[in-house]
Amino acid sequence: MADPMRIRAQLAGDKATVRVLVGHEMETGQRKDSAGKIIPAWFIQEVTASHNGKAVLTAQWGPAVSKNPFMQFIVKGAKAGDKIGVSWKDNKGDTRSDEAVVA
Amino acid sequence: MMERREMLKRSSALASLMLTAGVWPGVSLAQATAYASAAFEAKSMADLAKVLGMQAPVASKDINLQAPDIAENGAVVPVGASTTLPGVKRIIILIEKNPSILTAMFDFTDSVETTISTRAKMGQSSNVFAVALMNDGRALYAVKEVKVTLGGCGG
Repeated sequence: MADPMRIRAQLAGDKATVRVLVGHEMETGQRKDSAGKIIPAWFIQEVTASHNGKAVLTAQWGPAVSKNPFMQFIVKGAKAGDKIGVSWKDNKGDTRSDEAVVA
Repeated sequence: MMERREMLKRSSALASLMLTAGVWPGVSLAQATAYASAAFEAKSMADLAKVLGMQAPVASKDINLQAPDIAENGAVVPVGASTTLPGVKRIIILIEKNPSILTAMFDFTDSVETTISTRAKMGQSSNVFAVALMNDGRALYAVKEVKVTLGGCGG
């Protein structure tokens, strides 16, 4: 199981700025190890963000997204105590979901 | 001995059969919303436009692209895109000289602002594009050249 994501949702007016930091290798499949063998690709492909359980943003990522990816977006119509959920799925089928509360 | 060999051969054939028959439909089912693998393999803007079925993008001042002039570390380049235009369906981030041009695609709903920031990897200095795909089929872009300094002594 992958490391938990760090999610922060900061309220300003009725909008919440959400910052997500995911712990993931994001291996491109282009690098070689010391023995000259290609390190197989291993990266997050799909990301979904939800606001109180309703999907508000989806993303598809390629291997060119940096290691330990960061993503920031703004949710409209948010209020303190709302739940922001983020989940991802990588090319090995591994998934992870985490949740944060708007503050 | 022959029998055993024959059996081994058969069981490996069976295994590969199961792989093709069993795993592939599973993958396509699970990814019904389709991870656009073909789009992520596109090498150029023209390839990508073909795969995504989008119009040739037009430069627009209304698309705002944030990226550094000089990135000291190509492994972590902050890239952001935003627009205040209504009717944006998707924003895609492209890096022209990466092995595959497409970096990420973000699909928006009405509940989020059409603004996104992330971090990308860049193999070398290149043009970075943010393309907004509109509901009416138009594709608008902003572009910025980002220089990547190698060797770590920022220039």
